[in-house]
Amino acid sequence: MDEKFIEVSQLYKTFQNKKQKIEVLKGIDLSAEKGEIYGIVGFSGAGKSTLVRCMNRLEEPDSGTVRIGDMEITSLGKAALNEQRRKIGMIFQQFNLFDSMTVSQNIAYPLKLTGVKGKEASDRVDEMLALVGLTEKKKAYPGELSGGQKQRVGIARALANRPDVLLSDEATSALDPQTTLSVLDLLKEINEKLGLTIILITHELEVIKYACHRMAVMEDGRLLEQGLVKDIFMHPQCETARNFISVYNQFRNEERREDME
Amino acid sequence: MSLYKYSFWEVFKHSFSAEVWDKVMPAIGETMYMVAVSSVFVLIFGILLGLILVMTSKEGLLPCKIVHGVLGAVINCFRSLPQVIIIIVMLPVARALVGKSYGSNACIISLIASCVPLFARLVESSLLEIDKGKIEAAKAMGSGNMRILFTVMVPETLPSLIRAFTNAVVIVISMTALAGSFGAGGIGYVAVTYGYTRYRHDLLFATIIVLIVIVQAVQFVGDTVSKMILKRRHLI
Repeated sequence: MDEKFIEVSQLYKTFQNKKQKIEVLKGIDLSAEKGEIYGIVGFSGAGKSTLVRCMNRLEEPDSGTVRIGDMEITSLGKAALNEQRRKIGMIFQQFNLFDSMTVSQNIAYPLKLTGVKGKEASDRVDEMLALVGLTEKKKAYPGELSGGQKQRVGIARALANRPDVLLSDEATSALDPQTTLSVLDLLKEINEKLGLTIILITHELEVIKYACHRMAVMEDGRLLEQGLVKDIFMHPQCETARNFISVYNQFRNEERREDME
Repeated sequence: MSLYKYSFWEVFKHSFSAEVWDKVMPAIGETMYMVAVSSVFVLIFGILLGLILVMTSKEGLLPCKIVHGVLGAVINCFRSLPQVIIIIVMLPVARALVGKSYGSNACIISLIASCVPLFARLVESSLLEIDKGKIEAAKAMGSGNMRILFTVMVPETLPSLIRAFTNAVVIVISMTALAGSFGAGGIGYVAVTYGYTRYRHDLLFATIIVLIVIVQAVQFVGDTVSKMILKRRHLI
């Protein structure tokens, strides 16, 4: 069994508009092990969202490779890519649920793509609803749900086809702190229960600290540093990581002081 | 009854008389026929062209500059012609297609030529209202382009599409009246031949009342259905 379950190597991506070329990814090398939660932190504009979107090719990289399991994503044709995307779940900052469908129809949508039908499909939907704790909202429309509930539906929908990987693109950034914690708890739970590998993009260091096993720090299209979360917190190597951690600590100290008062 | 001889109130009252409505009722039937048939064609072809416009656009699911460019240009050509001119231009086309250049069926040809491009643009702008994230989510799940179009884009923008179609039908109705003066029959014909050339202002009033009622009814149905869907989805 290959330890490196997800491997990104020498990934480059340039966005071109009329006036200028913007290099968003400048040779990213990254690897994540099976069953871990791998966090990527960076300021906005660092390219982390583009990086994760290259992993299922919502964004086409200019060069470099992405491998997930034994499948090289970057060399797949269109049909094979769609096939493969069904095994890669993704959740988003704005949830991106379909407002025209009920919660259970949203979760059943990916099942239609893989040909899961009838009782098997409805059983799977119920199973997913139970997993994210929204069984009683089965017939509700997304418009009736709170942000946290919407993200739970997003997670259920992403997991319906039993993927090996979950890509999380700022999935908690639109949520309040309380809800963020509960969503992260859910991600940790499914990570343990299902052995799911999770790539988690965020600009909030506390999210990484709370949920991730390993992390990478990204700035200006480059990965500056990657390793175990606790190692980087203890001995940050790069300036950006030190900045992130010092801001994080300031916040925590501030909170503690307020608590004491 | 003419306003030159009688008071407004007398003419208005007479516009509800049996004599007037004997002439107006058949015209309503003709107008309804033209509006209904044209609307069906406008719906089908407008949606089709609108979908093609959105799909082939630069940010669309199947970008194709040539198709998008040519279709857009043709639509703009038709859109730049006033309805009167389209009616005149379509006369020979109508003769070729339905055998004569007057009557309801000939009128339907010009209605289609004028309102399909209009509705196609309305469909395009409705579909473009969709949150791009929803399309990305469907893509990330491995959904194909056609499936995204029909299971995500159309259902998600349905309330807006219904409002667009309502607007298109209202314009079809107004254009039917215009075509009436070119021998299409219907309400417009009554208004022009009696109300204008014969100073039968009571008949003119009757056609105005009929048109207002029809348009109000169409608008009401469209708004209600669109709102009902939004309410069911808890979006309003």
